[in-house]
Amino acid sequence: MAQSLKEALNSGKFVITSEIGPPKGTNIEGMRHHIELLVDKVDGLNVTDHQSSVMRFPSIGGCIEIKEHGGEPILQMTCRDRNQMALQADLLFSYTRGIRNVLCLTGDSIVVGDHKEAKGVFELDSVQLLKAIRHMESGKDLGGNDLDGAVEFCAGAIVTPEANPIEPQLIKFEKKIEAGAEFIQTQAIYDLDNFAKFMDYARKFQVKILAGIVLLVSARMAKYMNANVPGIFVPQNLIEELEAAPKGEALNTGIAIAGRMIAALKKDAICDGVHIMAIGKEEVVPDILAAAGINGSGA
Amino acid sequence: MKSITKQKPLEEIEQQLEGLERAYIIGCGTCTTMTKTGGREEVLAMKESLQGLGKIVTGWTVIPTACDDMTEAHLKENEGSIHNSDCLLVMSCALGVQKTGSYNSKPVIPAVDTLFIGIEDEPGHFHEVCDQCGHCVLGYTAGICPITACNKGLLNGPCGGTNNGKCEIDKEKDCAWTLIYKRLKEQNRLDLMRKYQPPRNSQVVPRPRLTRVS
Repeated sequence: MAQSLKEALNSGKFVITSEIGPPKGTNIEGMRHHIELLVDKVDGLNVTDHQSSVMRFPSIGGCIEIKEHGGEPILQMTCRDRNQMALQADLLFSYTRGIRNVLCLTGDSIVVGDHKEAKGVFELDSVQLLKAIRHMESGKDLGGNDLDGAVEFCAGAIVTPEANPIEPQLIKFEKKIEAGAEFIQTQAIYDLDNFAKFMDYARKFQVKILAGIVLLVSARMAKYMNANVPGIFVPQNLIEELEAAPKGEALNTGIAIAGRMIAALKKDAICDGVHIMAIGKEEVVPDILAAAGINGSGA
Repeated sequence: MKSITKQKPLEEIEQQLEGLERAYIIGCGTCTTMTKTGGREEVLAMKESLQGLGKIVTGWTVIPTACDDMTEAHLKENEGSIHNSDCLLVMSCALGVQKTGSYNSKPVIPAVDTLFIGIEDEPGHFHEVCDQCGHCVLGYTAGICPITACNKGLLNGPCGGTNNGKCEIDKEKDCAWTLIYKRLKEQNRLDLMRKYQPPRNSQVVPRPRLTRVS
């Protein structure tokens, strides 16, 4: 068994995590294939939790698959679909299956997803979920009752370094750290100078920061994200680079951009690692790592 | 208090009236008059619509405030035409529907959907201001309610879906936490936003909610 995410974060190495998107349905062959491809190449694999409020195979199920393949899963847990009882129960179950990492998220709004008439729960928020985990580690549930067997998790959260206005996000970032976040995976970043400024601030806190790297597959995608995805800003020079790619080569350009950014972040030790999101193109994550000059898990 | 309602589609009203041929229509002179969903004009229009569906309207009235105790006396005054009906079609919010139902053994049929307690911004435009959650946090949030104004009802600050002060569900909708942040900043009270807020007590008063005020 490779080292845990916590050990990797504390080892001082440049940590690499990536993510797996579970399928809509019971055919998990594609997800399994992605897990097999990535499990030995990264320090941790997130499994998304009904990402964008689209109902899918559960995050816990994907994490168990990763465990069965000898990997280190990071359970993404949103507060959108479960009340505090269901969240606690899933944490207990996850712990018994060897899942040791949880990324605490508020979750997207129900109405952006594919079950628009469903009820959004949001009884807890991401800060309260982090606190809940720390509370359960003390051997008590949120009702104040004793647990017969407590949990222990490496808990993380997210931040959007490019948000506008930024101060409300930073206040929440600090609350997450106070609530017990040990690591932070950021929203996608593309402007390394801006990110370095964010890191000057973030370095004041006892928390490991993994920069979010979202693979760009085309200039169109970059423009779409700029227009529609909160807190994502792809600079014009990268859009032009993608536009200049020969027909059919935009994906390779995107891989090169991602690899180049990771290499730069690592070289100057700007942050503690990266979290690579190749939404729908998980099979090219090894190519991104190769482009970054990284072989195996962060070596 | 203003109960904001919207009229049900006629098709749904017709479904509810299946097997009920004779209807007595009740409007309300307070909230549904203001929202134009159950005032005098709408009651008369409903009368036409029901007749168009082949129903018989035995009579109609607009009770000044359908949710208060005068409703009983008002229904008594109109006993005759109510007696001749198979049901009461009520064009008030759900409070009035339940109140009329409690004074009468006839089936009560709602003609409107009760949406929320709100304030009118401009004619015909309303926004929700209170969820009646039972534990008011306005003192910490610069007088802006995150339970209602934030799509997720968050207590500890904005989610990552906010962009340029707007909400992820609608680019026109203000992000409640950006508004709260700005106002707290103006008041030099941002420390309130930095303070951890524990989960809300969802059982302040268990449902159905009952209370004795004095």
